[in-house]
Amino acid sequence: MKRLTSIGEFAAFQNRLSAARSPHIPTLVIPAGACGQASGANELIRAAKREIGHRQLEGRIRLRVTGCHGFCEMEPSVLVEPDRTFYPRVKPGAMARIVEATASGQVLGDLLFTDPATGVRVQKQDDVPFFRGQTRTLLSHMETTDPLRIESYVANGGYSAAIKVVERRDPRWVVNEVKASGLRGRGGAGFPTGLKWERLAQQRDGKGKFLVCNADEGDPGAYMDRSVLEGNPHSIIEGMIIGAYATGADTGIIYVRNEYPLAVKHLSIALAQARELGLVGRSILGTNFSFEIDLVKGAGAFVCGEETALIRSIEGKMGEPRQRPPFPIERGIDGKPTAINNVETWANIPLILRNGAEAFARTGTPGNSGTKIFSLVGKIRNTGLVEVTMGAAIQSIIHDIGGGPSGKARIKAVQTGGPSGGCIPAERFDLPIDYDSLAKAGSIMGSGGMIVMDENTCMVDIAKYFMSFLKDESCGKCFPCRKGTQRMHEILEDISKGQGTREQLELLEELAGAVKDTTMCGLGQTAPNPVLSTLHYFRREYLDHIERKRCPAGVCRDLISFSIGETCDGCHACVQVCPEGAIAGKKKQRHVIDPVKCVKCGACQSVCKSEAVFVA
Amino acid sequence: MPEVMDREEIGEILEKHNGARGSLIATLEEIQARCGYLPEEALRAVVDGTGRSLVDVYGVATFYRSFSLQPRGRHLITVCLGTACHVRGGPMVVEEFERRLEIRAGETTPDREFTLQRVNCLGACALGPIVAVDGDYFSKVNTAKVKRILKKLRSRSGRPDGSALAAATS
Repeated sequence: MKRLTSIGEFAAFQNRLSAARSPHIPTLVIPAGACGQASGANELIRAAKREIGHRQLEGRIRLRVTGCHGFCEMEPSVLVEPDRTFYPRVKPGAMARIVEATASGQVLGDLLFTDPATGVRVQKQDDVPFFRGQTRTLLSHMETTDPLRIESYVANGGYSAAIKVVERRDPRWVVNEVKASGLRGRGGAGFPTGLKWERLAQQRDGKGKFLVCNADEGDPGAYMDRSVLEGNPHSIIEGMIIGAYATGADTGIIYVRNEYPLAVKHLSIALAQARELGLVGRSILGTNFSFEIDLVKGAGAFVCGEETALIRSIEGKMGEPRQRPPFPIERGIDGKPTAINNVETWANIPLILRNGAEAFARTGTPGNSGTKIFSLVGKIRNTGLVEVTMGAAIQSIIHDIGGGPSGKARIKAVQTGGPSGGCIPAERFDLPIDYDSLAKAGSIMGSGGMIVMDENTCMVDIAKYFMSFLKDESCGKCFPCRKGTQRMHEILEDISKGQGTREQLELLEELAGAVKDTTMCGLGQTAPNPVLSTLHYFRREYLDHIERKRCPAGVCRDLISFSIGETCDGCHACVQVCPEGAIAGKKKQRHVIDPVKCVKCGACQSVCKSEAVFVA
Repeated sequence: MPEVMDREEIGEILEKHNGARGSLIATLEEIQARCGYLPEEALRAVVDGTGRSLVDVYGVATFYRSFSLQPRGRHLITVCLGTACHVRGGPMVVEEFERRLEIRAGETTPDREFTLQRVNCLGACALGPIVAVDGDYFSKVNTAKVKRILKKLRSRSGRPDGSALAAATS
């Protein structure tokens, strides 16, 4: 790749790539993000290459390997362009037929997606209910972009927003555009991005400023940042270039979590390519604008998502937060002004500058503009990443896009905002999803995890789970967080064992209030949310544990027992998996569980095909 | 994997990261990548090489979850306990591994074949419960699948071939 030394050269480069796109050539698009690979996307890619080569169809059929398209439940999948035919859960063995059908312009009816509601086969991806209800401004780029080739990004108009900004030579205008777009931080707090940039631009001590991309996606259950990093890394880099021009920052840092090896790999490759092309580094495209971007890997600490802890971690220290003010915007990395934005925020920037702030502001609702990606996971039929306009009702995401519950049990609640968020009960699913409505309902938007829970999910167990997580992840620097989370966890453990008392419930609430009010950083201040929201909406479940010594969801080990019902056909599957040898019975006769030996691991239930294992 | 590193080797790593931002974490990560854990001698060498105090280096080495001060087994089994995996039965998967390997999460089997660890979220939430073995992901794992994964790992010698493993247990 030759280094481009002027804006004119870039324009010519881009025109050349765009002209060579030939979108009419049939293309097999295979998503291979980390989850796609876990489902077997790599074998599918190998099979596609082999079948195309075998039939000497190179040039007549193209193959594009991309990041995640979002419908993880149906991976590994194949999207055939330009018709946008969607083949879900493709087996490598079926690739030969797909290649042949594509070459002759045919569609394989038997491999298409079947709408579970109607039983009708759906050909085009956009008609699949999961995709139909979405507004995919960010995720659509995952389909068109090969994350390992900068040419692919550039051919689709990539980096033109950054060029537009550099050409216009008016940083103030950029800040105003971002302000006018109404973009709010997608990491969860929802701080207006334009305002943050304005403050950074105002810092003028001439010793350098930092821009940070917070890619330490720590919320369990949220993985949209990973998918953007893996699937469209150049959008982050372009966003940061634009941010640097607007704010006068000279160094950018992408802090990415260690648990995402593929994201690290794709980002490193993308950065190297952008540098080689002259889009990052000294004198970008021959102008006097310079901006360097470094990649810093985290080492596994949830608290590092907090901005002051993140800064310490970037400096190579223990990631302990510190008191604010001074805010990082005044004194951040190495004491220099620093602005930190989340991955999804950065990914939105090029789109705002390319399509105009007004277009962005028109999407969503006033005060909550644009789209947001959610990871729809848990007890839901269609798991995956969904992008909707802000202000969409929870109901429409869960039922229209998500397709309702995954099993027979009714959906009870959805958990948003990770360990800092709360549970919203099904009765409130009419709520619009935006920063303010969720906060009013006792949760937060957070980075966008939506974990769906059904009647087999115990809310006491969920509160205990989050508190266990938080007590482990509390950095220990401030006392109320360190001890408060431990004590709350102990109480929740007592309750889940049927040893809790009403007084403990009061103490739990009091502790929650104290931790919220007196801890130093965001981790502690929001730590009580999972407890408070479940107590608010599901108090009955807590009381069942305390007074009746029962776990209605059948989760809390000490309060449940397993038994085998009449539907047992005596297939012996449970006998073979039981780790304690607690199940007895002759073949083809109803089996029995010995309650003394049973450790309640649930192995029998997981293998029973006749749904004969009961929990009570 | 070599369990000890000579000072020369550590010197090379230090030089490579010298002066770079956040170099201590990157240095420790590289040592761990080579040894599988952070041996005491290596930490002392880092102290001598960087001029930072042992407390400081030990602090960083113990603050972050990805560092280990104990040698790890030949196979690293990581069970995801993110929220999505939790509600789908992740805890039972950990317990099944604990029962079958006769160790607790965070420990290594006496024969140094397996290390079992829990992780807060691997970010493949749609496919939970997720288990990663030596970097290869297994989706929708239940207690029955745990048995198959272990059987496969035990029956094999040499470097694991993840794709064959995944195919065998899916």
